[in-house]
Amino acid sequence: MAADKVDPIHQFHIIKLVPINIGGYDLSFTNSALFMVATVVVAAAFLFLTTSSRSLVPGRLQSISEMAYEFVGNMLRDAAGTQGMKFFPFVFSLFMFVLVANLLGLFPYFFTVTSHIIVTFGLAALVIGTVVVYGFMKHGLGFLKLFVPHGVPVFLLPLVVLIEVISFVSRPVSLSVRLFANMLAGHITLKVFSGFVVSLSALGAVGVAGSVLPLAMAVALTALELLVAFLQAYVFAVLTCMYLNDALHPGH
Amino acid sequence: MFVTSAFAQESAPSADTSHAATGADTHSGTSVPAEAHGAFPPFDPATFPSQLLWLAITFGLFYLFLKRVVVPRVGGIIDVRNDRISQDLDQAAKLKGEADAAVAAYEQELAEAKSNANSIGQQAADAAKAEAEAARKKIEASLDEKLGEAEARISSIKANAMKEVGSIAEDTASAIVEALVGGKASKAEVAAAVKSVAR
Repeated sequence: MAADKVDPIHQFHIIKLVPINIGGYDLSFTNSALFMVATVVVAAAFLFLTTSSRSLVPGRLQSISEMAYEFVGNMLRDAAGTQGMKFFPFVFSLFMFVLVANLLGLFPYFFTVTSHIIVTFGLAALVIGTVVVYGFMKHGLGFLKLFVPHGVPVFLLPLVVLIEVISFVSRPVSLSVRLFANMLAGHITLKVFSGFVVSLSALGAVGVAGSVLPLAMAVALTALELLVAFLQAYVFAVLTCMYLNDALHPGH
Repeated sequence: MFVTSAFAQESAPSADTSHAATGADTHSGTSVPAEAHGAFPPFDPATFPSQLLWLAITFGLFYLFLKRVVVPRVGGIIDVRNDRISQDLDQAAKLKGEADAAVAAYEQELAEAKSNANSIGQQAADAAKAEAEAARKKIEASLDEKLGEAEARISSIKANAMKEVGSIAEDTASAIVEALVGGKASKAEVAAAVKSVAR
């Protein structure tokens, strides 16, 4: 177990808490599921409790909830127009889920839900699925105009359409990998530097003195990770808004 | 990596007691170094169904909760506030309009009062001027009258004097003529002579 303490990958292990197996699929309630529940409960409780007084002049916590709401609202309105506001609950829940999952992951010994590609891919697939389903529902085959930009010479059209299709297909991949890789890399780096502190301190007085540097790095990285946690939630939400805009106005 | 993942997927259902067991199972059959626990956890497909299921459950509930409860509530709070602010702004604009109207009315009254005062002053000045003019005219007229009277008196005195001068001259002339010529000049001749000289 001593090796686990400094193993930077150890934090990403999935541990089964309540084993569930249905139809040959392992659907156990794991630490990942636990932290998904925690994320949802923390985010929902925060939004619910801070706004329960419905003050006309908001307190600090209510301001945070309102800021998050208006932040996502403005983001969506800027990207997709007022028509896009029907997706507001979706984008708002995505933003809050990713943000709170990222932030919870920063606590020591906590599991980072968004450091697993299947989770981020699941969210990205949900976004792209919504875009495709809504796009075809609203515009029918007109949604395919998304892949045919205006003003392109006919002889270039096959190439451009091919590129557009590839870029569209790579969206869920890039959307999920961006969030996953950021969280993974950040947490590994944090763990490595924190591991240095532990290993160096074990070497005696010189080691303790030497461990000040990685400790300072770990503190700085924590601050950076706090920024990244917010930034990646923002990027995820912004890109979602832009993709939803494609579903609303495919003709661009 | 993919070999490892696949292996982990196969071995996962059999070893669902703990991840350590999974790890031991896995790296016994692969070339992964001893300190690594089987597949790199985020790429371990064995965990995918469970994670997807729980993601769907938690995120689905979260979405419903936000859509049903939080979004209407926060949206309501913000709308109420915006309404209130615009109401207050309207109220302020209305009050400002009223204050402006009051100021305008006051200024108009002030201007009216000023013009009234001016006209009253003007009237008073005009009346005083007219009175003074009238008085002056009256005095001038009486002076003129007196002057006329005096002139008339002077001229009558002068005429009398001249008349008397004429008769004195006639008398004197007839006396001189009588003394020099010895003849008696007729009264008419003397008068004509005196008249021609007096001219």
